[in-house]
Amino acid sequence: MSTLARKKGVGAVIWDYLTTVDHKKIAILYLIAGGIFFLLGGLEALVIRIQLAVPNNDFISAGFYNEVLTMHGTTMIFLAAMPLVFAMMNAVVPIQIGARDVAFPFLNALGFWLFFFGGVFLNLSWFLGGAPDAGWTSYASLSLASPTHGIDFYVLGLQISGLGTLIGGINFLVTIINMRAPGMTYMRMPMFTWATFVTSALILFAFPPLTVGLIFMMMDRLFGGNFFDPALGGNTIIWEHLFWIFGHPEVYILVLPAFGIFSEIFATFSRKRLFGYSSMVFATVLIGFLGFMVWAHHMFTVGLGPIANAIFAVATMAIAVPTGVKIFNWLFTMWGGNIRFTTPMMYAVAFIPSFVIGGVTGVMNATAAADYQYHDSYFVVAHFHYVIVGGVVFALLAGAHYWWPKMFGKMLDEKLGKVTFWLFFIGFHLTFFIQHFLGLMGMPRRVFTFLPGQGFETGNLISTVGAFFMAAATVVLLANVVITTVKGKRVGADPWGDGRTLEWAVSSPAPEYNFAQIPLVRGLDAYWIEKMEGKKGLTPAEPLGDIHMPNPSFLPFVISLGLFIAALGFLYNQDYAWGKWVGIVGLLVTLGAMFLRSVIDDHGFHIHKEEIMEAEKKGAGA
Amino acid sequence: MHIEEKLTPETFPAEPEKATLEGKNKFLGFWFFLGGETVLFASLFATYLALKDSVAGGPTSEELFKMPLVFVATMLLLTSSLTSVYAMYHMKNFDFKKMQLWLGVTVLLGAAFLALEIYEFNEYVHEGFKFSTSAFSSAFYTLVGTHGAHVTFGLLWILTLMIRNAKRGLNLYNAPKFYVASLYWHFIDVVWVFIFTVVYLMGMVG
Repeated sequence: MSTLARKKGVGAVIWDYLTTVDHKKIAILYLIAGGIFFLLGGLEALVIRIQLAVPNNDFISAGFYNEVLTMHGTTMIFLAAMPLVFAMMNAVVPIQIGARDVAFPFLNALGFWLFFFGGVFLNLSWFLGGAPDAGWTSYASLSLASPTHGIDFYVLGLQISGLGTLIGGINFLVTIINMRAPGMTYMRMPMFTWATFVTSALILFAFPPLTVGLIFMMMDRLFGGNFFDPALGGNTIIWEHLFWIFGHPEVYILVLPAFGIFSEIFATFSRKRLFGYSSMVFATVLIGFLGFMVWAHHMFTVGLGPIANAIFAVATMAIAVPTGVKIFNWLFTMWGGNIRFTTPMMYAVAFIPSFVIGGVTGVMNATAAADYQYHDSYFVVAHFHYVIVGGVVFALLAGAHYWWPKMFGKMLDEKLGKVTFWLFFIGFHLTFFIQHFLGLMGMPRRVFTFLPGQGFETGNLISTVGAFFMAAATVVLLANVVITTVKGKRVGADPWGDGRTLEWAVSSPAPEYNFAQIPLVRGLDAYWIEKMEGKKGLTPAEPLGDIHMPNPSFLPFVISLGLFIAALGFLYNQDYAWGKWVGIVGLLVTLGAMFLRSVIDDHGFHIHKEEIMEAEKKGAGA
Repeated sequence: MHIEEKLTPETFPAEPEKATLEGKNKFLGFWFFLGGETVLFASLFATYLALKDSVAGGPTSEELFKMPLVFVATMLLLTSSLTSVYAMYHMKNFDFKKMQLWLGVTVLLGAAFLALEIYEFNEYVHEGFKFSTSAFSSAFYTLVGTHGAHVTFGLLWILTLMIRNAKRGLNLYNAPKFYVASLYWHFIDVVWVFIFTVVYLMGMVG
């Protein structure tokens, strides 16, 4: 049954990835799919910036601009940042805790395919009558009035991909609680694992409100519901609440893993233990907790009243405290460290001032009275791009460079990596720093053009130039990936030489069973401890024996495909008679596949001891 | 303990649902799932409370809801939760036949509840209370209907487990499956207690 060390044809490789339940391969799937959507969202950003480069531009029409800006936001948050975060989690977390796989390998695959089909469904809208055009927040009064099917694609696509995210969240919670190696206590878990843990809890409690909001929107648009229609007693503000009860924790769902990635990188390349580990853990948990109490700061101008605004303003500002704790801990980790400026480390160092700017403008926005000035202006656009790009995208780029050898067995070229970094870093600040001032000068967001003579020309042109720097950085990164894949040399278990956590103790890429013997963890930075005692490998916690592995399965793909078909059918429910029937067929496909999963026993298979010994010998030689 | 082990009443563990790593994972994962479901229903309840008086000229809750029907439905579902506890009791005692029997009773009670709910919705529609009548009607049908969909899914799930395992009895592979299905059933029951209170009782008292 084992597929170890067997050469395979292209068809077999594709089939392998369609049916895989291995967390490392699922990580690669997330990376590829998320990467493609990232490029797509980036192209949409370029279109926006070209349109805004000069006043009264007619590069694209106003209506199309709305579609592009909506899809840019939606794609970047749901289809690029989230899956890329999941790529990192899948690639690293099970190995960091000394496990052979996640708790639910089947569900892991299901989560990916749901995200994938949801994303494809959303982007089908470009070809089927027009993309959603009510902004990524899709406020109900706008979206109910949208004449095309775009919003329906948004609602159904996000519903499907959101389901995948929820499944992924539950999976990581259980994995981290139940699958840790002996000795891996909670307070010995690497920071990235901690961040994944808290993030997963946020996913679990933040996604259901979005699900409910999307159900209401679907009912209103496709099945005659009246949740948001004031004419029949509905209330459009309900959408805003549900969306932001999800939407604000979503910010932390993205940024906590980013903090986790940087914590790993700072410690590794300062060659020092992370400063204030326990306060880092506490700050992470506290940010996750407070993240649920601040959603109405997105709604200060709705008119909830001064008391509600005041409470949410104070709660929001409170988050700056644990975040500040983290910033100082990172600085103190570098203090007195033996710092190596590798590509990941450069992103990490650049992240601190960039993210602090985003944090400071965040506190400015949190001041409810002042927010009446900032709201819906480019100041807000600048703020959240500083947080999301300066925080999350920097972390994803850093993490990709850092863990690339662990995922693919080859190092990305460091010179090209630094070129990418400088282009991206300069381009990022060029694009968004000036937008603070555009916003304060009164330029509204989400408007497709501006008039000459209002003082917006220079700022917008600078911003557009910056966007092209980031595009160039992306091209260099892609070239780096291609060159590395073609020419790169195979590397050993610990290619940076300074790895501290368990993932650097196994070969690159890790064997499908991760650890021939589950390790015994003897403290924080488990691998570093072994290295400092002069040992080459980890201390095993069990004798070498047969390893139990889960079977691959095609059913996750089918379950997701069924929902995709169902969504397509129900989307055309009101236009064509076949709509409803296609929808029902799709649901039956999904339920049928779930039924098969339930009735067919799946006991997995074993890799035998001899095969493992052979594979380990080869791995050691590489 | 190993998952494919043949067991007797003597060797069957006290907590078969958590005797294997797979079982432990399933147990914990399902509790987390129920946590997510709780937030889902909380959102539905919050919306219902916000919209329950927005009748837009259509029927109000006082005009629609009838105590006898809802009371009988509530009793059926509460009883089914009890019978599923009996089923789990027998599972832990490795008495497969009795477990199947009580699960069967659970399914029958659940099906009766579902039939009453369908009858109830049908009555309302005939009284001019359709899904698109008002914001109240949309919120009502979505909240109570989501619960009904959960009941339907639970029934299909328990039936599938009963039929699939009818011939081979209990083992450590299917014990966690029965256990989480019964957890799901309890959860449905708890949600209904809130629906009975928030939707029906509050709806009749006004």
